[in-house]
Amino acid sequence: MKKYSDLEYLRLSKWNKFTYRFLSFFASIPTAIWNGIKSIGLWFKKAGLAIAGEAKDIVQTFIEGDWKTKLSYLVMGFGNIARGQVLRGLLFLLFEVVFIGYMILAGIYWMSMLPSLGVVGPHREYNELLDTYVTVYGDNSFKILLYGVLTMFFIVAFIYTWRLNVKQNKIAEGILKSGKKLKSGKDDLRSLVDDQFHKTLLALPLTGILIFTVMPLVFMILVAFTNYDGTHDGFSNNLFTWVGLENFNTMLHWTGGGSTNYSATFGEVLSWTLMWAFFATFTNYFLGMAVAMMINKKGIRLKKVWRTILVMTIAIPQYISLLYVSKMFAKNGIINGLLLDWGWISKALPFWEDPTWARCTVIGINIWIGIPYLMLIATGILMNIPADLYESAKIDGASGWQQYSKITLPYMLFVTGPYLLTSFTSNINNFNVIFLLTGGAPINTSASGAAGSVGYTDLLITWLFKITTGAESKYYLASVIGILVFVIMAIITLVVYGVLPSIKNEEDFQ
Amino acid sequence: METKSMKQHMGIRAANTISNTIIHVLLIIISVIWLIPFVCIVLQSLRVESTWQVGYIIPQKWGLDNYRNLLNTNFPKWYLNTLITALVTAALQTIIVLCMSYTLSRFRFKLRKPLMKFMLILGLFPGMLTMIILYRVLKDLGLTQANAVPGLILVYIASSGMGYYVSKGFFDTIPKSLDEAARIDGATRAQVLVKIILPLAGSIVIYTLLTAFMGPWGDYVFASYISFGNSSGMNVAVGMYNWLTPDQINNNYTMFCAGGVVVAIPVVILFMCLQKYYVEGVTGGAVKG
Repeated sequence: MKKYSDLEYLRLSKWNKFTYRFLSFFASIPTAIWNGIKSIGLWFKKAGLAIAGEAKDIVQTFIEGDWKTKLSYLVMGFGNIARGQVLRGLLFLLFEVVFIGYMILAGIYWMSMLPSLGVVGPHREYNELLDTYVTVYGDNSFKILLYGVLTMFFIVAFIYTWRLNVKQNKIAEGILKSGKKLKSGKDDLRSLVDDQFHKTLLALPLTGILIFTVMPLVFMILVAFTNYDGTHDGFSNNLFTWVGLENFNTMLHWTGGGSTNYSATFGEVLSWTLMWAFFATFTNYFLGMAVAMMINKKGIRLKKVWRTILVMTIAIPQYISLLYVSKMFAKNGIINGLLLDWGWISKALPFWEDPTWARCTVIGINIWIGIPYLMLIATGILMNIPADLYESAKIDGASGWQQYSKITLPYMLFVTGPYLLTSFTSNINNFNVIFLLTGGAPINTSASGAAGSVGYTDLLITWLFKITTGAESKYYLASVIGILVFVIMAIITLVVYGVLPSIKNEEDFQ
Repeated sequence: METKSMKQHMGIRAANTISNTIIHVLLIIISVIWLIPFVCIVLQSLRVESTWQVGYIIPQKWGLDNYRNLLNTNFPKWYLNTLITALVTAALQTIIVLCMSYTLSRFRFKLRKPLMKFMLILGLFPGMLTMIILYRVLKDLGLTQANAVPGLILVYIASSGMGYYVSKGFFDTIPKSLDEAARIDGATRAQVLVKIILPLAGSIVIYTLLTAFMGPWGDYVFASYISFGNSSGMNVAVGMYNWLTPDQINNNYTMFCAGGVVVAIPVVILFMCLQKYYVEGVTGGAVKG
């Protein structure tokens, strides 16, 4: 499409301006995706170059270093101890001893089992003492995968520490050559509350994230390539093993054979998930803004009371309010009861029984839950809009709607752009609202071939939950869904950040 | 001439009064919609004549039977579980989040940007995915089912460092020149944090405490995984959820309402007292992205 310069753009009519912006948004999507791919490629290139540089430095340090440095390549921390930095040296040495000990005692076994995930499954064996057949347990696939991942992390940590050890020798040599003194153990400890204070502060949070998020995620991503489920639990029933991309094929179905149950269900659930995220985000956004503007209007009384009433839905735990509201809308709930009583309807409305009704009701109730957040946020932002903008607009004779569309809305959109993105992505994963309101109901009978009894209001995330807690516990499918959710979120984030021109410079705020 | 502008002026004022009246009416309608469920839940919890769902709001017979019945169930145990979990989590999570956000706001080290990007990417994975393995590992450690409380606390706080955004935004607004002045006077980095930044960070500490308390107080998913059907390890959310399953709802519906009131009251009071700090945190967090 044709690109206009700024001057040409300003001369366009209103409608043309809009179509131009609309078209250029979509025209820029391929470039944005291409830039995303390119930046991943560049990252790999940079990483490769960095590794090559490190390797070169390691060799060079070895050639140029003295005998203390050379010995440190084998005995970690030797250089530190020989040069008087006993504390550092001992820590290096301790780590090396622990690592080698672990590898010999356990690590090598787990790593060697990783390619097969266990050979000997549980089986019946004749026991002479008891004179009967008893079950004998063999390998444990779950533990092999778990400790295999753990060992891989340990190896990476060891390589990093070893590299650090080499680097320290080089630095220490340099310092001694220039005639300065090395830091003592006492200095090291003191710097942990001063120059290196960030390491002290980050140690605990990052360890937690590593153990409870990163390692489990690596494990679960690997599970997507195995057949780990309720009947293959890796120990007491059957072993599980690698199956390659088969599970992804089950879910997305790109080659022939097998049933298309999952791919059809996945498509349905995905399209509803995106629809839900879109409506949930934007209904809340605009209605919340409207409520905030009403409350903040000049001449409105009891501003604080209105705000406090709305905020009640944030304060009360969702499982109480949502579960209760879901029962209010039930077939024999209060809403239907009252409407029948008043004679407004002749039979109960199918709030949770009909797919379309259920979807609309869910979005409606989500407004009840979501508006207060937006009201709070919008209130803060609306107060920041300079009042003289409105004053001059009024003098120029702008109507209320013009003031809104020319001042308020652009300002809000500009400031809350990133928030809209995060709220869209968190709605994709909005487990609470769906699970507590409908639990996915009504059941989608056409999707009965897929595990987890999928319903019409199920999001990908609630489907994932149902699969893992259901009778069959198909963990590998849950893992596939999790990975696909990640891919979808990543694409949305990349595209939006590629298209949005203003990624704020964080240093500007300080 | 003068009368015309007067008339116009009067017209604007009249229009203003009308629109303000309409808005007031709208706000009253909205408030009623917002409050109806809560009024209903309180009224149903006081209903004595039946324990199942009925199609009317005002009870025919009033009484505190439902609240008394709560004591005969596992509810007090669940309540205690939830309270312990929420209090411990709030304290530890606040420390972790403050460490993380303060560091990322104030220090400029080599791995800072990559670390923040990495955590952004981690956040794109659904957190529930990791529960499958965490449950099995915690089970091997004996921290599930009856011992769910410590296991649950561990799960809540371990990854809480990833939620640093709001408080980092807050620390970003404290001028760096304060730190630098103290550093010139010979304070160590740790002293700067304890003596200068923390006294200024009261509002964000309260915000973090409040949200960290309300999270476990209302959490269902993780608690249901970890307690795994064992009644003595459940929190209130999991326990009360089971009261509304199709086979139990007719016996326990009004008791659920009573339990809901008991659970909601402390957190509503807490929230209303600390509302100011909550609003500050939410608005700050959204604007800074």
